[in-house]
Amino acid sequence: MNARTRAAAFLLTPFFALFVVVMVVPIGYAVWLSLFTEKQSGLGFGGTETVFSGLDNYTAALGDRAFREGFGVLLGYCLFYIPLLLAGALGLALLLDSALARARRFFQLALFLPHAVPGIIAALIWVYLYTPQLSPVVKAMEAGGIGFDFFSPEGALPSIVNIALWEWLGYNMVIFYAALQAIDRSVLEAATVDGAGSWRIAFSIKIPLIRASLLMVCLFTIIGSLQLFTEPLILNKGTGSAVTSTWTPNMYAYTAAFDRNDYGLAAAASVLLALTAALLSFAVTRLTGRRKGKRA
Amino acid sequence: MSPSRTRPTNVWLSKTAVNGALVLAVVYMLFPLVWLLTAATKDAGDLLAGNAFSFEGFDLGGNLSRLAEYNDGIYFHWYANSLLYAGLGALACSLVSVAAGYAFDKYHFRGKEKLFGLVLLGVLVPTTALALPMYLLASEVGIVNTYWAVLIPVLVNPFGVYLSRVFSSGYIPDEALEAARIDGAGELRTFWSIGLRMIMPGFVTVFLFQFTAIWNNFFLPLVMLSDQKLYPLSLGLYAWNSNAHAEPDFYPLVVTGSLLAVVPLVVAFVSLQRHWKAGLTAGSVK
Repeated sequence: MNARTRAAAFLLTPFFALFVVVMVVPIGYAVWLSLFTEKQSGLGFGGTETVFSGLDNYTAALGDRAFREGFGVLLGYCLFYIPLLLAGALGLALLLDSALARARRFFQLALFLPHAVPGIIAALIWVYLYTPQLSPVVKAMEAGGIGFDFFSPEGALPSIVNIALWEWLGYNMVIFYAALQAIDRSVLEAATVDGAGSWRIAFSIKIPLIRASLLMVCLFTIIGSLQLFTEPLILNKGTGSAVTSTWTPNMYAYTAAFDRNDYGLAAAASVLLALTAALLSFAVTRLTGRRKGKRA
Repeated sequence: MSPSRTRPTNVWLSKTAVNGALVLAVVYMLFPLVWLLTAATKDAGDLLAGNAFSFEGFDLGGNLSRLAEYNDGIYFHWYANSLLYAGLGALACSLVSVAAGYAFDKYHFRGKEKLFGLVLLGVLVPTTALALPMYLLASEVGIVNTYWAVLIPVLVNPFGVYLSRVFSSGYIPDEALEAARIDGAGELRTFWSIGLRMIMPGFVTVFLFQFTAIWNNFFLPLVMLSDQKLYPLSLGLYAWNSNAHAEPDFYPLVVTGSLLAVVPLVVAFVSLQRHWKAGLTAGSVK
């Protein structure tokens, strides 16, 4: 080993040692745990013993209606949230990128600011803004004749989507805006000379050119969405909310582990969630990759 | 612009529409923060009764002193904990990430790109799915409910390594390293005195992002900690909010506590604009 290889190894060791401890081992441990079940021996007086149970935890999780409904909630959330987030962030970035926008630095900063608010505090602020006794928003809506219960079964999902949008819209807008700014201006000038209007330029030139950013935001948003936990947990603590303690798969895993002490089931739920994330990430990259292939 | 758009009235209309839409978006983004600011100045009675978007019943001082007094000032204990977790954690994480990113950028060794692929794969792992097995591992090792349980997991940020590699290739010219080597500096000395100095903007960027991530961290402390003395702000405010439904006196504590908890991040993002924009750009443009 020469000096340079030794130096590289030395500089990489801290990261990979921690990477193994914090990511690789827990993943392996989760898979291992998911294969075991704690059985109460006798009448439950003799304590518990851990027995190998194969895929029982997986069938138990998948067989549980609450868990399946959690995925249903996630699906509804993603179908609602992701298009709104992408369209909103992209729309705002295109507005900001258009020659007509003023005070760009101010708009960027102001739109990004909610991202500086910790998720738990963002959820608290909005839950207070949803609570009729506290909220000037609800009062104003009532004065305008709109009665909307943010905690009702129909209201809970939009309530949570709104919190997530508030947190992430500006962040992703800045990513798209940065990508738009990186586009070679001569391409846009050429299109203008050819007679393309601003709509045509946006849809036929700008958006296709920032596909890499769109893909990245899409991937991270999917992974983030699957982990939905903090916002519904706060709504769950709200009185009279439709959000249950197993509303999302992540909440299901948390409840299984800490309310029912069923670590095997919780691990199986976590593994299923991680697998879903992996499959979706793979699908998104493949789907966009293939389209790129066709184009070439 | 198409010819029709160059007519002055049309331009004026489009300009108004574009900027009007942006202003509307800004109002949506900022009004909850304005509410937080005004609500933090009210006591429980005014919060529940009055108009929250005003400074009626201004009592910020009273709220702050109640915040400082409640439970022997546990709130500021949480504040110190958050500063410790986020400060120390982000510092160590940035150093570890920059070292790895630099090595990936500046050295050639077998299996490099495969190893880097593993790092990229790590970016895609949903971290909350890891929290539970991490908790069980931590309890095997006996560090559940200690500072370490929250500090060790946040030292790893694969995305930070990715960013560091991008920054390393952008900020550190190979010639500078060659010059140091010719002058007789060893490899580690070169990294420490030349590489680290030149990659400082990248270091600050990774630090800023990790600091925010740790400051905002909720799930991990929720799983790991049961001793209130070890709580970061996020967990402490959550615990208080859980009490607020039964005890409305907790509302001003939660609201004022939230306002103070947001301040350092808002200040950091406003003053370090160049860095977070650089971080987002480096992440998005491959």
